[in-house]
This record gives sequence, structure tokens and C-alpha cells, in this order.
Amino acid sequence: MSLSHLHAEPYAYLVLAAFVLAVGIYGLIRRRTLIGMLIAGELIFGAASLNLMTVNRFFAPDPVVGQVFVLFIMGLAAAEVSIALSIIIAVYRNYRSIRSAEISEMKG
Amino acid sequence: MNDFPFAPLILTVTFLVFAAATAGGALLAALTTRIIRSVCGLSLCCVGLAGLYYFLNSPFLALMEILIYVGAVCVTIIFGIMLAEPDEPVPGGISQSSVMWATGALAAAAVLFWGTARLGISGHWPKPPTTPGDGSVRAIGISLLTTYSLAFEVISVVLLVAIVGALALARLGRHHE
Repeated sequence: MSLSHLHAEPYAYLVLAAFVLAVGIYGLIRRRTLIGMLIAGELIFGAASLNLMTVNRFFAPDPVVGQVFVLFIMGLAAAEVSIALSIIIAVYRNYRSIRSAEISEMKG
Repeated sequence: MNDFPFAPLILTVTFLVFAAATAGGALLAALTTRIIRSVCGLSLCCVGLAGLYYFLNSPFLALMEILIYVGAVCVTIIFGIMLAEPDEPVPGGISQSSVMWATGALAAAAVLFWGTARLGISGHWPKPPTTPGDGSVRAIGISLLTTYSLAFEVISVVLLVAIVGALALARLGRHHE
């Protein structure tokens, strides 16, 4: 596996996807605001998409399936971001803060 | 085969630049304290991912990644940042539990990276198909409207529900005050 053929090796993409996933998990645990956690979640989505695309390119018989799948992941991620941001704004209106440690009481 | 001079070198350097943008953007997104820099890191990571999709024979998805993530998701998050004040709280001092959380998160991430990367490298992947097939935009469109038409319709309903739900949630919070 030389450097000049790195772009044709599936392992380079798989290791990179694993790295992005690990960074996303680290951010998800470490972040203390809701928007930071949302960004870390987007990183995890990106890692999953890259992994799917790699397997689709190198190991799948039909190259269309993975692309359609990743397209659906992007649509779901966009829906998730819109919902999460409106929840964050509603939380900010009620608590004047979006630190996850302060959102610890329920209605009732 | 390649008539263009230095074509393999340019290819390698481009790949390395996109891979570095992905990894560096991800690190920037997860580690900075200012959230706006974190969003910039996320968009850098998405540009790198788009380049990698191009290397993976999918220019359509590269375009969609730029359009949806950089153009829509990051801009929406920036709107959220403008409406709330989301900067990470400045730690008043290094407490015991903070160090413990950091160590735990780092350990979890390291174990996950090691395990996933090892699985990817040493996994017994099936042999690549001999016929590469056609992954063009035309083929994607045809399969979206034939094989995956149900999923296509369902995801459009999901997006509609998400739009209406986001509007309802944001309005409800305002009405509550």
C-alpha cells in the first residue's frame, strides 16, 4: 500500500471514517451545550455516510444502492437539524441557557 | 495511460488535502470552545467529505454534500447560534469530575477508533465485483423512482413533518411566554 495509490485503497477511507466517528463521539460526550452536541452528531452522520460510500464503491455489486442510502441519510440529517434547532430555541426561551446541565427539570 | 504530466502526483496530493480537511475539520468541530469556530470546522469537514465522495466515483453526492451540509445545515446552525448564546462555559478551574469525564470520553473515542479501524482493515471483505456497473446520476434517478420509490415518498413525508414540527415547536415556545 504505497502513498500514490492511497486514494484507491478502501482502508484509507475506512480508517478516516473511524477517526471522524471517534472524534464525533468524543465531542458528543464532552460538549456541554446542545448546539455543540448537535454538531458532534453531524460528524457521526458524516462518518457513517463515508463508510457506506466506501463499501458501496469497493465491495458492492451495484454502485447505486449506497448513493441512494447516503442521500436518504442527508435528508434525515437535514430534518434532524431543523427539529433539533427549534427545540434548542424553545429551550433557550424557557431557560435562558442551552447548557445541558441546567435542563434538568420537567413539567408537572 | 495518463498523458497529463504529474497526474498521479496531483491525484495523491488532492486526496491527501481532502482527507486532511476532513480530519482537521472534525477535530476543529469537536475541540474548540467557541461554537462558531466549531461550525466552521463542521463545514470544512463537509467540504473534505465532498471531495472524498468525488474520489469514490460519486460527483452527484459530492454536490449534494456541499449543497445540503455546507449550504443548509451549517447556515441553519449559525442561525441557531445567533438566536441563542451557546458558547461553552469557561471552566472555573479543573475539577476532579471534569478530568474524569475528559479521560472517559478520550478512552471511549480511542477504543472506538481502534476497534472500528481494526475491523475495517482486517475484515474479510468480499471480492470486488468484476463489472463496475453504472453509478451515474441517471441510474440514481431511475432507481429512486422505481426500486426505492416508497422510501423516496416516505422521506418526503418525513421532511414535511420536520418542517411543520419545527414551525410548531418554535411558535409554541413563543406563545408560552
